[in-house]
Order: sequence, then C-alpha cells, then structure tokens
Amino acid sequence: MRNNLAAILLAVVGLLAVSVPVFAHHGYAAYDTDRKVTLKGTVTRWIWSNPHCMIQLDVTDDSGHVVRWITETENPTTMSRSGWTDKSIKVGEQITVIALPVKNGNPAGRILEVVLSSGERLPGRVNPATQVKPDDSPKP
Amino acid sequence: MIKHFVAPGVFLAALLILPLVHSQTDKPRSPAPTAPGLDGWGRPIIAPAKDREAAPAPRHDISGIWDPADASGTQVLGAKAFPEDGKPEHRLPYTPLGLEALKRTKPGNGIRSVLPTETNDPVYTCDPQGFPRADLHELRTTQILQTPQNVTILYQYNKIWRVIWTDGRELPKDPEPRWFGYSVAKWVDDYTLVVETIGTDERTWVDRAGRPHSADLRVEERFHRTDQDHLELTVTIDDPKMYTKPWVALDKFVFDLQPASFDVREMICSPSEFELYNSLIGNTASDKDSH
Repeated sequence: MRNNLAAILLAVVGLLAVSVPVFAHHGYAAYDTDRKVTLKGTVTRWIWSNPHCMIQLDVTDDSGHVVRWITETENPTTMSRSGWTDKSIKVGEQITVIALPVKNGNPAGRILEVVLSSGERLPGRVNPATQVKPDDSPKP
Repeated sequence: MIKHFVAPGVFLAALLILPLVHSQTDKPRSPAPTAPGLDGWGRPIIAPAKDREAAPAPRHDISGIWDPADASGTQVLGAKAFPEDGKPEHRLPYTPLGLEALKRTKPGNGIRSVLPTETNDPVYTCDPQGFPRADLHELRTTQILQTPQNVTILYQYNKIWRVIWTDGRELPKDPEPRWFGYSVAKWVDDYTLVVETIGTDERTWVDRAGRPHSADLRVEERFHRTDQDHLELTVTIDDPKMYTKPWVALDKFVFDLQPASFDVREMICSPSEFELYNSLIGNTASDKDSH
C-alpha cells in the first residue's frame, strides 16, 4: 500500500551474498567481488569527471538511519561508449544502484548497474573476469 | 571540467515526500543505454562494415583518426600481450635487476595491486605516462598526421603528442632523457612504418602493471596498414638490463579508421579532479580519513 505524501522514505539495502566472478583488477583491490549491494536512494551528487564518475546517494537503512553512499564507475570517455552522458543522472532523483561494496565496510561501492526512476537501466563498466592467483608473483 | 550538483534542499524534500517506487512521466534521456558510442561532439562512432571489402591500403600512409577496434587498448592489467594475470605464459623474462625494480612498483591493478592510497603509480599524481606506456595503457582514439619530414601521433589520453622523424636522421647518442623519448622511423615496405625509440625517462612505467625499464630501453613499433580502413600496431620492448630477451608488448593491435570529421573527447588527468576523487571515494575505500 503506497503512502506517497506522509510516508517515511524507506530504502532497502540488500546485501546479497551472491557468487560473482573474481574480476580482473581495475582498481578492484578495495572491493569485495564476492558480494553485491542494492542501494535505493536519492541522488545527492553526480560527478562526471576523471578519473572515475561518481554517484553519491542517500539511502535509508532498516533502522531509519540515512547513510550517504558514494559509488563509482569508469571515466567519462569509457562510459560514453556505454551510453552514459553528463546528463544521465539527476540530483534529487531516486535511483537504484547495484554495486560491489568495499571490503572495509564503509559505504562505498563500484557500480554494476544503475536503474533510473523511469526504469531505464544504465550498465556499469566492469572488466571481464579473469582468474587471478595473488600468490603467483613473477619469479626469475 | 567537473559538474557538481549538490542539492541539500532537494534531499530534505525527498526525505519527506518521495515514495519508494514511482513512475512519473520523465523526459526521455539522451542517449539511451543502447545508443552507439559517441565521439567528443556527441556523434556516433562508426565501425567499418565487417562485410564490406575495404579498399587497398594507400602507399606510405598511416595518417588518419584511428579508433581501437575493440576496447582492449585500456590494458588495465598491463601490456595486452603480456598481462600481469598470474598465468605462467604471461611471466616476463626479468633479470635479477628487473625483478628488484618490479618490486618497487605498487600498481593499482593486477595481481600485485594495492589500495588506492598505497599506490606509487606516477600517473596517479598526473605525471606523464611517457613512452612506451602511451601505447600500453589507455590507448584510445589516436590521430596520426604526416608531413614529408615526420609523423606526429596525437594521443587521446592526456591530450599529448609525439613526433617521429622520418627525414633519415639517426637517433641521438646518449641523449637527455625525455618522458616520450626520441623516435625515428623508416618504411620497410609500402605499408609498414617501423619506429625506433630510445632515451625514455626511467621514472615512467612500461605499463599499468608497473613493469620497469632502464635508460637503455629500446622500443620498436611497427605500424602496418592492412587496408584502407585498418591499421595494426605491434610494440616490442628491448631492455637487456631489465629483461633477458625482447618481448612483444602489443601484438597487431587493430585500429579502425574513423571519418575525418571525428572529434576526440578530452580525457585528461587533472590534479584537482583526482583530489576530489580521493576525498569522496579513494580514501573511503582505503579506510583513510576523508574530509
């Protein structure tokens, strides 16, 4: 049942323990590539610039606290090849961001996909999966 | 140029009235997610038709605006032909000195990657990539100009260029190091230009993975125009101080010819934009204090 005017903004932060491929690192050292989070919130900042574009959004958790998340994707040149522009995101819009969360538990993530208020979907940019063996360092 | 859209007032209003799910009549956005890639002027990027037989390559001509046939010029794991992915076939033939130099580099990508605030990759402070990294990292839309005396390559990343002399001069002896070195070239056949480069600055990395090089590095590039619409680039690294034998870093990397009207987007490392990035997410992801 929808309560449009008096309803308290509810946003669901879903921590989905989903198995995702181990990604080749494009700055992925900070991210937990075995999980993804679903963030529904209001855009408070949209930065279309190098080195990476960023969406900041306010998400209300289950206990009613508003958490400010910062999420990133690739640079504008790369994202323009996937249909993004500087006008793709609007401050104040309610969107859903699906992201890889950072390992340290801070509210930061790497965008996998954005779902706009219209339902339109914007793909994030994640490099193809590559099996990486961290202990297989070069030897003479 | 950064566009900041900070709207605390909108946020407060949204908290009060915004429903969880709504479907308003939104204006269509431009472009749609399925739109083709766009050049810097917002016009579609054109790939040569795959079923069309291209015209023959022009003689002694690699000029044009060239776009990588796929997106693999980014080379985030290092040189495309030898990515640092842990696979045995991609291990480089390091000398002991080369291995020691490799250990000093802390890249933000690959199997040796560190957190954003721990990397010592010089490009993170917007130092020049230099050469050959300009070919081996963030190789994107590339414009090549030719005169009777030289070939000039304009790189999209950081909007830099290099001049390759084709007037028959020899490479300098013991030159002052330059970020992009000194290059000379000659045509080995009607469609292949071979470039030799020396004198590169040791502060630069060979690629994103932090492969090292010494002042004795010698790089060969082979630009081979296969037909009117396609150009192949092969890059070979030769540095006996760091590697026991030469290795091919880029192997017949294919570019598609774009129309002469193609506008190349800016893609520039800005210290202020990097500072903003670090303050918003770089430090947060690395668990540093951010302000």
